[in-house]
Amino acid sequence: MSLILFGLMCLAVPAKVVRIKGDVAEVDFGGVVKEANVSLVDTKVGEYVIIHAGYAIQTLDKKEAEETLEMFREILGDSHA
Amino acid sequence: MKYQYRDREMGERILQKIGDLDLELTLMHVCGTHQDTLIRHGLQGLLADVGVDIRQGPGCPVCVTTPKEIEESLLLAKNGKTILVFGDMLKVPGASSSLSQAKTEGCDVRVVYGVDDGVRIARGIDNDCVFMSIGFETTTPSSAAALKAKTPDNFYVLTCNRLVPPALKAIVQMGEIRLDGLIEPGHVSTIIGSEPYRFISEEYGIPQVIAGFEPLDLLMGVYMLAKQKMKGESKVEIEYTRAVREEGNPKAVEVMDSVFEPTDVKWRGFPVIPDSGQELREEYGSKNARLVFEDILAELEGREFPEPEGCLCGEVLRGIVTSDECPLFGTACTPESPVGPCMVSAEGSCNIVYKYGKMG
Repeated sequence: MSLILFGLMCLAVPAKVVRIKGDVAEVDFGGVVKEANVSLVDTKVGEYVIIHAGYAIQTLDKKEAEETLEMFREILGDSHA
Repeated sequence: MKYQYRDREMGERILQKIGDLDLELTLMHVCGTHQDTLIRHGLQGLLADVGVDIRQGPGCPVCVTTPKEIEESLLLAKNGKTILVFGDMLKVPGASSSLSQAKTEGCDVRVVYGVDDGVRIARGIDNDCVFMSIGFETTTPSSAAALKAKTPDNFYVLTCNRLVPPALKAIVQMGEIRLDGLIEPGHVSTIIGSEPYRFISEEYGIPQVIAGFEPLDLLMGVYMLAKQKMKGESKVEIEYTRAVREEGNPKAVEVMDSVFEPTDVKWRGFPVIPDSGQELREEYGSKNARLVFEDILAELEGREFPEPEGCLCGEVLRGIVTSDECPLFGTACTPESPVGPCMVSAEGSCNIVYKYGKMG
């Protein structure tokens, strides 16, 4: 958590959207809830977003996240193709 | 699931596969968070063992900010303006001193986590506030969104924003370093997508992979580059598919482009790079600190701002020397007493290498 608070320039951290009120949302960084501006993304409660410098910059694709390792295995298996 | 991107067995398997390709590769990434992952987890050394050398290029927004821009903020601070700045910038030496030094001398310098903190501070005081807007495409949309949403009359912006693809083009054109592939920054790419990098593969034949920030993301990114190299291909691939879409975040790009426009700007360690900066558009002129405080800043015009003596930050940012090859590293230059910005910023290569006490 300390990393989030120190405000490293390009560090961005995933958080779950808990509540949205206009451009501002409450987002949950694994237990610590903070406010973030969500005006740059289309999101809804329950989705994960990437927060950078107080702004959500992109939504996270849960399906892609779950399938990433599967994709890795496929690519590795494909190495001599 | 939580640590799936740190799975050791999978990591070893990817390294083995890279080794099997039996290639000698020099790669570059342009992101402090990538550097942190590479050094913190010892990947730099593991990759060197399988023939892959990775350099950090100009991927640290604080590090590439020029001494002149720091002098502009210092001059405004000394003329009574409240300076709002990311914490990483505080200790970076300009030509005369640093914002941290100015603060100890009584100037009003305040650390913010993001632009909205700055706007809140400005709302609470009467003094003129100048937000030092540093950052790549990851950060610039937030500055743009804040300006579009209305800011108080006493809130101004000193733009130091920069664009990544023009800097990559400059690195390639300078030809100082052989580049077999580029690991593109994941979070910049959440905004701009993959298209803005394509010309580098097409015109210069360099493979590119947009990678995430966990150890397996980076190892996989390297493997994908190695495979492109082996097959004689050069294209832009996305490894970080959970966050990066080909089209990026069009909403954020639209907001950014409606407030900022590209401009020629110098990067630390580089000459002026065409269309690599982001300046406020004319309709935001009343927010542009360089225009509003032109009279104060005029004394900097025409002056030269040399790099600190002996400092190799420029060479580190161009990837032609590694941090530990700089004679000042860890002796005359430490995080407590930094000579150059790469030792100050938590995204600077020297700071990261110093922190973990090793190159790999």
